[in-house]
Amino acid sequence: MSAVALKAVLAAQNPSAHPAAAAAPALLRFITCGSVDDGKSTLIGRLLFDAKLVHDDQLDALGRDSRRFGTQGDKLDLALLVDGLSAEREQGITIDVAYRYFATPRRSFIVADTPGHEQYTRNMATGASTADLAIILIDARKGVLPQTRRHSFIVSMLGVRHVVVAVNKMDLVGFDRAVFEGIVAQYRHMAGGLGFATITPIPISALEGDGVAGRSPNMPWHAGPTLFEHLESVDVAGAVQLAARFRMPVQWVNRPNLDFRGFAGTIAGGAVSPGDEVAILPGGRRSRVARIVTQDGDLAEAVAAQAVTLTLADEVDVSRGDVIVAVDDALTARRAFAARLLWMSDRPLASGAELTLRLGASSATARVAIAGAVDIHSFEIHAADALAMNEVGIATIALDRAVALTDYAEDRELGAFILVDRVSGDTVALGLVDAGAVRLVRSVSGDGVPSASPGRSRHWVKVALDRLAPGGWPQIVEEASWRALASLAVAALVQLTFADWRITAAAALAEALLRPILRLAHQAAWRSFERQRIARGHYDAEGSGI
Amino acid sequence: MIQLTHLQKLEAEAIHIIRETVATCDNPVMLYSIGKDSAVLLHLALKAFYPGRLPFPVLHVDTTWKFREMIAFRDQRAQELGLDLIVHVNQDGVRAGVNPFDSGSRAHTDVMKTQALRQALDAHKFDAAFGGARRDEEKSRAKERVFSLRSAEHRWDPKAQRPEPWRLYNTRKRPGESFRVFPLSNWTELDVWDYVARENIPVVPLYFAAPRPVVERDGALIMRDDDRMALREGEVVQTRMVRFRTLGCYPLTGAVESTAATLPEIIAEMRGSRSSERQGRIIDHDGAGSMEQKKQEGYF
Ligand SMILES: Nc1nc2c(ncn2[C@@H]2O[C@H](COP(=O)(O)OP(=O)(O)OP(=O)(O)O)[C@@H](O)[C@H]2O)c(=O)[nH]1
Ligand SMILES: [Mg+2]
Repeated sequence: MSAVALKAVLAAQNPSAHPAAAAAPALLRFITCGSVDDGKSTLIGRLLFDAKLVHDDQLDALGRDSRRFGTQGDKLDLALLVDGLSAEREQGITIDVAYRYFATPRRSFIVADTPGHEQYTRNMATGASTADLAIILIDARKGVLPQTRRHSFIVSMLGVRHVVVAVNKMDLVGFDRAVFEGIVAQYRHMAGGLGFATITPIPISALEGDGVAGRSPNMPWHAGPTLFEHLESVDVAGAVQLAARFRMPVQWVNRPNLDFRGFAGTIAGGAVSPGDEVAILPGGRRSRVARIVTQDGDLAEAVAAQAVTLTLADEVDVSRGDVIVAVDDALTARRAFAARLLWMSDRPLASGAELTLRLGASSATARVAIAGAVDIHSFEIHAADALAMNEVGIATIALDRAVALTDYAEDRELGAFILVDRVSGDTVALGLVDAGAVRLVRSVSGDGVPSASPGRSRHWVKVALDRLAPGGWPQIVEEASWRALASLAVAALVQLTFADWRITAAAALAEALLRPILRLAHQAAWRSFERQRIARGHYDAEGSGI
Repeated sequence: MIQLTHLQKLEAEAIHIIRETVATCDNPVMLYSIGKDSAVLLHLALKAFYPGRLPFPVLHVDTTWKFREMIAFRDQRAQELGLDLIVHVNQDGVRAGVNPFDSGSRAHTDVMKTQALRQALDAHKFDAAFGGARRDEEKSRAKERVFSLRSAEHRWDPKAQRPEPWRLYNTRKRPGESFRVFPLSNWTELDVWDYVARENIPVVPLYFAAPRPVVERDGALIMRDDDRMALREGEVVQTRMVRFRTLGCYPLTGAVESTAATLPEIIAEMRGSRSSERQGRIIDHDGAGSMEQKKQEGYF
């Protein structure tokens, strides 16, 4: 497709005013991500530029900015169209996520340009949380980097099912097909377990425009779509999981006078009509919907994402944070649950920390027990009891009161939460409810369900070594030498005191072997105690099942 | 099942944000700048609390240099809707004789707008202030949160913004801190006009083309709204068909030549436009990064 054909006709932004555009595929929300300097911001600048969305006065400003801050000599530095903060322009990096809105005749888009810098992973995750598709940029000279892995993992965890692997800076590798294919193979191997529905590789040069809007004469060997063709046609239907049954967290109780008591909120899933039987969680009180009140008149039906005010047929007690649900909905309120966390504060998260949880319209005090952390190189989960900044972990969370929630995979609205530091007020973690996560950790800690597999005993040994020496081989060697030294010293002392080789041998053995075994057993006992405590909370559900 | 249109989704999101603020903050206020974004914001707020009344006052920071038509429109709307309208003027600035001509646009904006806003927020102890800013307006706005935290000194720290994933807004703040809340963050200029048309929202007539007295000054068309604007040598007041894409202090707001006198004509004109909305704003161009700097100082 030529750049001209892409000339933005903003019509698509308002289907109601332009019937012709109503048939266009729905809005696509996407992000760019990947490692530092892979060209994400340049690519967004290129997309806006090629879609003729850069106004004349903005182009003049871009020319001035490019001469002042640009990284491309006299050429336009397209990244400066999106890197809008002065700290970003000075350093030539992206710090915070920028949102851009644009449309082509075929589709409208919301794009979030996210930072590649590891320090700002939180801003990347913010952009990813609402995306249908991620463009993962890879510098053709560098291939898959740790940050490429981290971003791919986070994007997958947040439920993005479609990725474009944009191998960028092809101009710097002579538009070499072998380089492109090598990187794509490397990426596919890495992302094998991440559960993406589609992985679409596209070779591009964000700087020169190859492979973005038009076919590149420099890469006739690329048979796949250009980036624009793909973005305009990709089907991401079903990308966002919303509950099928009616659910509405109550945001605010509208009580203008004694005769009116309405429950205002945004519908999280399903549909509702007057007369519908509903239950209120936690607690499970029941009533019927009397009216759906809006300023434009009462509605006969309201659906997910609409902001409405409901009145109920009975005088039931409902307040902010409660969730009104269809009477046969399986949603329950719980006091404890398992979750995946992305920790975003530079102060590490330790087990036992108390934070404020915000989920739907609820907030509660949360005590976090960390069970494991994800190794960003192998994507494996290892046992852990603290999380460092930008680490993804698995945790069980106990609340001071019951909150209606469910798995993120089933319901993005009531399965997503943030954790807030109680002193600073900062948002320190982003979390996803995931009941299955606990199992993952149990199997790591060795007392889990499986398995008849021969790997089991080896697995146990590995776990034991991990616990005693989380630092790996160097630490194991150090530990062994320390044990040997300590038992020699004990042996010498005992021999001098008792002059009996049997007592000496027993003491030396105890020092060398019994101590570590006791330590493991003691740790295991404590962990199982902690787990039981959380499991008890888990079943301590109010207003269950209805 | 009903399929929501793009505008319906934007409307619902804005109402959600407005309700979230009222549910979690003690003393919110709506900044009312009399422009189209404010008109839309006010309309959405009324919807959010229907059948109740607006549960917060509306604040206009008056620099004393607004177009006369804006002030008349403001007072009329306040009366029609029964608004609790607060008008704040920085009297220190007035006494010091600050004005856009002699003090320069920068000092004028700082004293009469930014400082005035801080004065009003402090005097009333507002802990959340709604604004009609959109991310598509300007590069540094594109980076702003929906709930934008300000220190007790009203400063914005762009490098330490709280992540705002999904629709989960962290409304926790420490004593003295406050929020600027932007329910229209995800709207574009075109969305605003489409919504004004769909909902029949009254806007100041200055947005529609009409013959108006203008002077060409520094490459911009400035409307001479009253005789406080002295003519420079060689300047003549001409009557031209113009309209405004954005409204502010009249000496700092450039008009565009246009014949678009109705909403459909405005929308059609905008679709074909080669320049951005803020081009007519003189204060935005006072230096690269000037919007960001003003925001850091407490400007909206
Ligand atoms: N030669 C060449 N240079 C490119 C290309 N794309 C980007 N660059 C350059 O690479 C550098 C980094 O580009 P950015 O767009 O700022 O990278 P980024 O991925 O947004 O960086 P962060 O946001 O900081 O992670 C700039 O100097 C760009 O001009 C390309 O296709 N070819
Ligand atoms: Mg960037």
